[in-house]
Amino acid sequence: MNIMSEAAVEKALDKKMSTVNFKMVGKDVSVYYGEKRALFDVNLNVRKNTVTALIGPSGCGKSTFLRTLNRMNDTIEGCRVVGKITLDTDDIYDPTVDVVELRARVGMVFQKPNPFPKSIYENIAYGPRIHGLARHKADMDEIVENSLQKAGLWNEVKDRLQEPGTGLSGGQQQRLCIARAVAVSPEVILMDEPCSALDPIATAKVEELIHELRSNFTIVIVTHSMQQAARVSQRTAMFHLGNLVEENETDKMFTNPDDQRTQDYIMGRFG
Amino acid sequence: MSSAAITDTVSPAGVNWHSDEMKARRKARYAADRRLQIYGIIAITFALGFLAILVGSLSFTGYKAFTQTVATVEIVLSTAKVDPANIGEADWRGIVRGALRGLVPDMKRSEERKFFEMFTSSAPFLVRDAVVADPSKLTGKSSFAIPMADPVDQLAKAGISRDVPENQRRINDKQIGIYDQLVANGVISTPFNWGLFFNADSRFPELAGLAGAISGSFWSLLVCFLISFPIGIAAAIYLEEFAPKNRITDLIEVNINNLAAVPSVVFGLLGLAVFLGWMGLPRSAPLVGGLVLALMTLPTLIIVTRVSLKSVPSSIREAALGVGASKHEMIFHHILPLAMPTVMTGAIISLARALGETAPLLLIGMNAFITSPPEGVFAASTALPTQIYIWADSPERGFVSRTSAAILVLLAFLVLMNGIAIFLRQRFERRW
Repeated sequence: MNIMSEAAVEKALDKKMSTVNFKMVGKDVSVYYGEKRALFDVNLNVRKNTVTALIGPSGCGKSTFLRTLNRMNDTIEGCRVVGKITLDTDDIYDPTVDVVELRARVGMVFQKPNPFPKSIYENIAYGPRIHGLARHKADMDEIVENSLQKAGLWNEVKDRLQEPGTGLSGGQQQRLCIARAVAVSPEVILMDEPCSALDPIATAKVEELIHELRSNFTIVIVTHSMQQAARVSQRTAMFHLGNLVEENETDKMFTNPDDQRTQDYIMGRFG
Repeated sequence: MSSAAITDTVSPAGVNWHSDEMKARRKARYAADRRLQIYGIIAITFALGFLAILVGSLSFTGYKAFTQTVATVEIVLSTAKVDPANIGEADWRGIVRGALRGLVPDMKRSEERKFFEMFTSSAPFLVRDAVVADPSKLTGKSSFAIPMADPVDQLAKAGISRDVPENQRRINDKQIGIYDQLVANGVISTPFNWGLFFNADSRFPELAGLAGAISGSFWSLLVCFLISFPIGIAAAIYLEEFAPKNRITDLIEVNINNLAAVPSVVFGLLGLAVFLGWMGLPRSAPLVGGLVLALMTLPTLIIVTRVSLKSVPSSIREAALGVGASKHEMIFHHILPLAMPTVMTGAIISLARALGETAPLLLIGMNAFITSPPEGVFAASTALPTQIYIWADSPERGFVSRTSAAILVLLAFLVLMNGIAIFLRQRFERRW
């Protein structure tokens, strides 16, 4: 009874939080890889239509946290997630949750551009097709064009949609992967160091794109680049050794952080 | 990091790269490089040398089997001698002997038996079958190529020396005289031996061919492929993608690896006990051969498929899962198509190995003497390696070269299959 009421309280609380524009809420999230604990009771909320940057030195758990948000960690042998993460009001670790649906609602862009070894068109059309989002070829064509438009890639590839996606340059491939994620119309897009394999010009394009996507999507981005976090995000979360050090408005984080570790990391004293 | 770390190490500036000691050191390192290369070249030379010896000796003994000494005999037929409605019933022995007699008109009656022995004893049947196949030969004169019996064939190909005393060879002086006379008359020729590929087995080397063995091997491999390919891929997908990692799956994995190393004769015994003894399937049938070969191929195929599934990079898996693909969509839309070229290559190489497998087929009776090609997977048959085994055991001289020729044919099929595998790999395999 007691537990029930606690859950009910939590749910009411979550509802209240979502009204103040929290898209995803992580409560006491811990992650274990076998015996090793990678995250320690992280409480982090992701605001709607906001870019949240996760920063911190290598191995601090920021990618691990990102991957808990669409249960990508499920694929790792021996990985265990404790705590509670909600998307709107749904507990995404509830046993009844359909992972396929969750991953359609929470899309992901990876560190290394990983287009399917298929045509550009097929890369975009694959997600909508398996989810049955297009009834006719014309619908699909529209989804493909829209997604490529949103990813700022349409003008570059509209004449060669049937050519392999792997033939594009690294930056174009990464924008293709963003378009692929966008095509499924997710609510949240997770980006795991999306620019680490790109040159500065391609990086600038992707950052610009992240800016534009913010109006339609909630974005969580892991980055190693302080400048990138400062440029693209509105809020920043700092991780260290599996703990969330602090989370705040990006401007405040980079000018006047509350925690000394954040200060040191941003100034380049460790990491 | 700290300044202490730098002073601890010897400064590179203090090294004299041009000292004799350093030069000698580098020289020794280069020499080690060269030595390694030389070892490699020696190893490859040895391997190629032995391969050349193998193929060379097989070709040397086998080339004779690719031609066959025949006598071209003109036979006059008429509907009076042969009833068109009942061709098989005619006195073909008399007709053929009559025609052969015409080749040497002044022969004594007492010498005829030795003379007829010079031609294949199946000559009447060959002529009959030719006429059945083409009834227009029933009227008028047509020529037939009658294979010479093995001793004459050997004489023609210098397999029997004329210098050997008469009582030590299977052809006497009189027959040699007749042979020389036939050659002088232009009756004897040695055309390409198509019979080697289109005849089934026979007791007489001049008629024996590989048609039965080739089609038996074909049917066996077809059964083997149809069974091992789907089961192997399904097992590999389950073990690689779905099975939990626990004691039971570990045990299964160890057992599969062990099965791949089990001698093939054991699979033959298993086939004998289960397929023939318990299930009562027909002996010597390509079906059973294929089943046994499938058992033998499965472990290798599962291992190859698992390796190729594993070699598809995880980024592709993540990409598929990231857009919300279910596990089976990830596997069948992305992983398996990318792994397929490697799987096919592995399958073809396993089949090539199965093609050369002899021991299990001997145990299930595919070394029977069968004079017609199998009409399906249930008919009794031999296979290429077992045919080689049978011929290698046969006493007639003609089978010596035929054994080598059959080995060459088997090797040709193996090279062809491996060639296809290499082609597939070069053409379709992705490297990451």
